[in-house]
Amino acid sequence: MNFTSLKQLVDICTVDKLSIGQYMLQEQALESGQSEQQTFDQMAGYYRIMKEAVNKGLTENTVSRSGLTGGDAKRVWENKQSGQPSLGLEASTAMAYALSVSEVNASMGRIIATPTAGSCGIIPGVFVSSQERFDWDDDRLILGLFSAGAIGYIIANNSFVSGAEGGCQAEVGSAIGMAAGALTELRGGTPEQAVHAVGLALKNSLGLICDPVGGLVEIPCIVRNGFGAVTALAAADMALSGVKSVIPSDEVIQVMLEVGSSMPDAHRETAKGGLAQTPTGKRIMKSLYGSVSQSDNSDKEGDPT
Amino acid sequence: MRFKDVFSIIGPSMIGPSSSHTAGAVRLGLTARSIFGCLPESAEIMLYGSFADTYRGHGTDMAIVGGILDYSPDDPRIRDSLNSAQRAGIRIDFRTAVKPTAHPNTVTIILQGSCREDRITGSSIGGGNIEITNVNEFDVRFTTMYPTLLIFHDDRTGMIADVTRILCNSGVNISHMDVDRKSRKGDALTVIEMDGELPQLVVQSISALPNIHRICTVNQRGESCELHVT
Repeated sequence: MNFTSLKQLVDICTVDKLSIGQYMLQEQALESGQSEQQTFDQMAGYYRIMKEAVNKGLTENTVSRSGLTGGDAKRVWENKQSGQPSLGLEASTAMAYALSVSEVNASMGRIIATPTAGSCGIIPGVFVSSQERFDWDDDRLILGLFSAGAIGYIIANNSFVSGAEGGCQAEVGSAIGMAAGALTELRGGTPEQAVHAVGLALKNSLGLICDPVGGLVEIPCIVRNGFGAVTALAAADMALSGVKSVIPSDEVIQVMLEVGSSMPDAHRETAKGGLAQTPTGKRIMKSLYGSVSQSDNSDKEGDPT
Repeated sequence: MRFKDVFSIIGPSMIGPSSSHTAGAVRLGLTARSIFGCLPESAEIMLYGSFADTYRGHGTDMAIVGGILDYSPDDPRIRDSLNSAQRAGIRIDFRTAVKPTAHPNTVTIILQGSCREDRITGSSIGGGNIEITNVNEFDVRFTTMYPTLLIFHDDRTGMIADVTRILCNSGVNISHMDVDRKSRKGDALTVIEMDGELPQLVVQSISALPNIHRICTVNQRGESCELHVT
């Protein structure tokens, strides 16, 4: 890939008069040695699986293996059908879809990691609901996935996208930034506006810890996907209105790196802190594993210093 | 660059619930299986860090064993892999341990069969992507997302030149390379990541070089595996 920062990405796209999605498609084809058509088709297959997951979570049983979660997407969907959700119908749909995919994931169903499984609901939630709302064809959304992928590629290589490394800001936060940037472009925004949307979105999740109850991708991951889809819509609206990220988005990514690197181990997916270690979190873990930690019987190995 | 392309960000297609603890874990198991070359008689799986803390909830155990059974990350049979391994007569032993220097999601997989034991350590670095960091006590680094050649050989002058000359003549471009040896003139491992698939004939001509012990190929783009012992 010939870019390492969001600024470079904007510069290239502006000079070449390409959308971020179009440019990423070209670059990916060059990198893999496959044709643009083959590359596009692979992404098209991924988009089909995303839509399947949206549908599955609203129509099938999504109770997770632990029994802790499932059915929230349907609850939000039914509330939306009442016609009076506080968010409005469109944002409420995006939220229901994001919850749906995330519940399919928790129940060991098939999803596309975007960028991870823990954050797999946000992009499908935003994309599928926007497609229905604006009556876009699939090709447009598939190109949008390349745009989201380009943004995620920069975040991942300059910071991180896994909760174990950088907390939930890295995982759900990155997905919100990717969805916000891609949606901005899908709605006719310039590459520059799309990148502002990324910075605006990322700033809103800085510092978010990864503290899953029982170590499962369920509580609070699923609801954070629902919230994440709504935040992505908001960030895209701000950017399309002309709101800019005064701190350049590349610098915000560096802040994510700094914050994530200084996060204690307990707040990076280990289930040793945060919500996982609340009285209720501990009680749930005890009922799942019979102890408050899965690693009570660990061997010791290596240099402890 | 730790993440090489758009499909390391959008993707993989996978069975939930966790890209690093489930999909990445399948790929770590698959890599061990590719290097070992066939179904093992037993597998000892040592989990570190967050893998050790949360493996049961994420199905990391089923995922690694699924990989050892040669399942891809979106294979629904992963959910039943522990039973399948038992039915296939494979002894599976999970242990957890502490290694402060390791990446949070790290595993060592030791596969044993009648004639050999292979010991692979790798980490799941996010989004289903993995990095192998040690093979049979050689410190090497590779991602398995390119066609990858592992050559176990004696450390001798000109060995790498001989191998790369064969690759060059066959028109295969090297994207990344890593070499480690146990001692001067001792055992060595060369890992070569390539832009394209290696024709069978080329693998054979490399195996025919002097001082080569064993060659295996790993490629999770196509999930293929070949093994040659000379």
